[in-house]
Amino acid sequence: MDLGSVLATVVAMPMAAIFDLNHHASYVHWHFIDVSVSNVLVVVAMVVVFVAAILAPFPHGHDREDG
Amino acid sequence: MGAGGAERSWTARLRRRAVAALPPEKLLPDRQPAYVASWIYVFGVLSLSSLAVIIASGCILALKGPGWWHFTGVGHFFNSVHLWGVELFFFFMVVHLWGKYWMAAWRGGRARVWVTGAVVFLVAIPCALTGYVSQQNFDSQWISTQAKDAMNAAGIGAFFNLLNFGQMYSYHVLLLPGAVVALVIAHILLVRRHGVVPPFERSRVLAREPSRGSGQRWR
Repeated sequence: MDLGSVLATVVAMPMAAIFDLNHHASYVHWHFIDVSVSNVLVVVAMVVVFVAAILAPFPHGHDREDG
Repeated sequence: MGAGGAERSWTARLRRRAVAALPPEKLLPDRQPAYVASWIYVFGVLSLSSLAVIIASGCILALKGPGWWHFTGVGHFFNSVHLWGVELFFFFMVVHLWGKYWMAAWRGGRARVWVTGAVVFLVAIPCALTGYVSQQNFDSQWISTQAKDAMNAAGIGAFFNLLNFGQMYSYHVLLLPGAVVALVIAHILLVRRHGVVPPFERSRVLAREPSRGSGQRWR
């Protein structure tokens, strides 16, 4: 087994245990909007990361001031 | 050529203009205003990091070819690195765009910074989509036959033939990535020239009391 196969197996096995992809994708239908659940999850993740980026404290170094 | 002639040469004039527009301390600064100490300012450089991963993995895929990326373990691995690099690139770029939109990053003469960023986003979309039709498998065949109907319906099928693999592959590995990289370089140079957009509060203070500009806090 080459390095790539080992890497693919190591990464894929736990992911396959969490996500069962052996079925058709689920979709959200709302009026003219037709979007897959996985894409909805990505959009929600982007909103969560955006809000966290604004609210989460940033580690502070040493400030300098010109004046 | 005399000293006066040398000063009037196009290289000397170009150098003077470049240094005047972007002096070395602005081009490669060693400090940033204190207000950039927020996670929301990190997403621009995260987008750049993703782009570097995409280009590096894409160069390896182009060198090795479809037989390698479809049928070997290492090829699959780099194929996945390329795909997930693109996923992260768009994820970080969208959060970066939202952050800059809500802080109105076009303020203070930064319209060209905003426009180049927006155009990078728009050009990156077909750059990624042509990747789907460059995979060389049944998935790409199905996508290209569906997408060509969209091109024809939009009236631009004569210019973009999605069933022409050579055309789509050239767009994906040369023309569109070249445009993205050129626009990203222009975007970064413009950010260096104009500086990172200050928060609204800081802009109001500077507009009211320009002398307080010298009291800028740095990191």
